[in-house]
Amino acid sequence: MPSPLIRVEHLTAGWNGRVILDDLSFEVFEGEVFVILGGSGCGKSTLLKQMIGLYTPMSGHVRIDGDDIVTARGADRLRILRKIGVTYQSGALFGSMTLLENIGLPLREFTDLPEEARILVGRMKLKLVGLAGYENHFPSEISGGMQKRAAIARAMALDPRILFLDEPSAGLDPVTSAGLDALIRQLAETLGVTFVIVTHELPSIFAIADRVIMLDARTRTIVATGPPAELRDRAEDPWVRRFFNREADNG
Amino acid sequence: MPSTPLRIDSPDPGTLHLSLPPRLDIATTGDAWRRASAALDRPDIRTLRVAATDLENIDGAGIGLLVHLRDLSQARGIAFELAALPGRFQPLLDAFPPGSLPPPLKSAEPPGFLEQIGRSGAGLGRDLRDLLGFTGELATAIGRSLLHPREIRWSETWSTVERAGVNAFPIIALVGFLIGFILAFQSAVPMQQFGAEIFVADLVALSLLRELGPLMTAIVLAGRSGSAFAAEIGTMKVKEELDALNTMGIRPLRFLVVPRALAAIIVTPILAAFTSFFGLIGGLVVMLSLGFPLVTYVNQVRGALSPEDFPSGLAKALVFGLLVAGIGCLRGLQTGTGASAVGESTTRAVVAGILLIILSDGLFSVVFYSLGI
Ligand SMILES: Nc1ncnc2c1ncn2[C@@H]1O[C@H](COP(=O)(O)OP(=O)(O)OP(=O)(O)O)[C@@H](O)[C@H]1O
Ligand SMILES: [Mg+2]
Repeated sequence: MPSPLIRVEHLTAGWNGRVILDDLSFEVFEGEVFVILGGSGCGKSTLLKQMIGLYTPMSGHVRIDGDDIVTARGADRLRILRKIGVTYQSGALFGSMTLLENIGLPLREFTDLPEEARILVGRMKLKLVGLAGYENHFPSEISGGMQKRAAIARAMALDPRILFLDEPSAGLDPVTSAGLDALIRQLAETLGVTFVIVTHELPSIFAIADRVIMLDARTRTIVATGPPAELRDRAEDPWVRRFFNREADNG
Repeated sequence: MPSTPLRIDSPDPGTLHLSLPPRLDIATTGDAWRRASAALDRPDIRTLRVAATDLENIDGAGIGLLVHLRDLSQARGIAFELAALPGRFQPLLDAFPPGSLPPPLKSAEPPGFLEQIGRSGAGLGRDLRDLLGFTGELATAIGRSLLHPREIRWSETWSTVERAGVNAFPIIALVGFLIGFILAFQSAVPMQQFGAEIFVADLVALSLLRELGPLMTAIVLAGRSGSAFAAEIGTMKVKEELDALNTMGIRPLRFLVVPRALAAIIVTPILAAFTSFFGLIGGLVVMLSLGFPLVTYVNQVRGALSPEDFPSGLAKALVFGLLVAGIGCLRGLQTGTGASAVGESTTRAVVAGILLIILSDGLFSVVFYSLGI
């Protein structure tokens, strides 16, 4: 068994005093593709933002590679953040910069790569997400799905050990989406990159996920954990089985 | 972190030999890149041999270096050999075969100098036409709304009245007081030479009520609220909220612009009256310090004003308010895309607002003069 790279310990979090996630504990292993599932509004994005230390939880800890991101400050926090790359549900590209400049920003801030190297690495990242040629476009000049992919390229700029992706394939056509799945698997297998992904796309989940956790808005906890095929066939919770078999909840 | 660097040697003059370090990642690639580029900068090199024998770890940046060396060799006619790359890393390199990075597509190119002049000239004309059209539309929309008061979004109107009017009160009071004070103070000295200090009261009263009260109020309004309107509506435009309104069959003009314009029409005359009032108090302070009693000042002010001065000032203020709100909303609706779009609309709203106020003030002067007011 590989060692856990991320440990979430008794995490309780929410907004404005309202608890959305109640006492969650789980681990993500090195090189694993870990998927967070759940109905819309159940707190998946909230959990992701807690895991990257964007907000302080009400209680509990998130350890990344052994360091607690909740309590880390200053240089320690920066060192943890260097290990992760994030894409947000809305893309969050910097609108005043071209795509190449968006990707070049972390390279410029955090590496000693010469400029021609930064440009080449940036262009290679864009190529990986199928955006070769769009280097000099501004985010407002490309489509929503393209922005999403550019955001993934930016998250990969520093080759982080962990990539957090919030609904990376939402808004992508099936072919592009499958290409993205292949890229995720390739990075996980060849470079040992760990992925924490929020997604609803069932085909994608079965294609990429090593393990999934399923959140439930009613209990505010994890209702199921395990490999997706196992949950589809053997989950005890009928709601989980319905989710995997795409049955409507008429109850 | 101590790590083995890239090893470079040259067994014979035409051959360059690079041995990759065990770790070629984002932390070590910068150094390797610079040294490899420097070593390759000799014209006599015919063969570049890269050995990955020691390589244990590589990432995107390291692959970037390999791609760079390969493509550079090809461009310079150097034979490139890559030996002993561990099989698991091969797919990473295969993702970038030679020529797989096409030159960037052209994004919108900045126009040339002459073209820019032409465009901005044409833009000015288009702008004026838009403005006229919009003013007409807005006036009809307000008229129609007043005929059907139930259709007006009163809650939005009142909250705008509060933001644009009530919250502006302190600054309006301060500006008014200071204008009156400065006006009286500056004119008192020359007037004194003629023994005509008492007429400072006439000067302050007339210029405030007819001219400066409405004007200063409108300029403050343009800075505070015209910009806010442009930013609010501009943000909605950027976030596609205006498109959402339009597809619901709701016209942004009625939904967003009319409440703001109405609020401005309600608020500006009241604020202008307060500006003049506080200006008169500022004048009073100067007159008291010159030794005139309060009664004298009040009587002098009342004698100076004719009955139509106050309403004509209010009428001006009303038109200014409409202009400021209209231009603010129009700039908001015209907001483009991109990060700086909202900021641009805001600036343009304030600049155009102040320009329009001054222009229409000139028009008022002509009209009032010919009407004998
Ligand atoms: N910034 C915020 N401020 C206050 N409440 C928030 C905020 N963001 C999310 N919430 C609340 O937290 C809950 C979970 O939201 P979250 O965005 O995590 O859902 P999600 O599972 O990602 O949904 P989706 O699949 O639709 O993206 C929602 O009830 C939402 O109202
Ligand atoms: Mg979400």
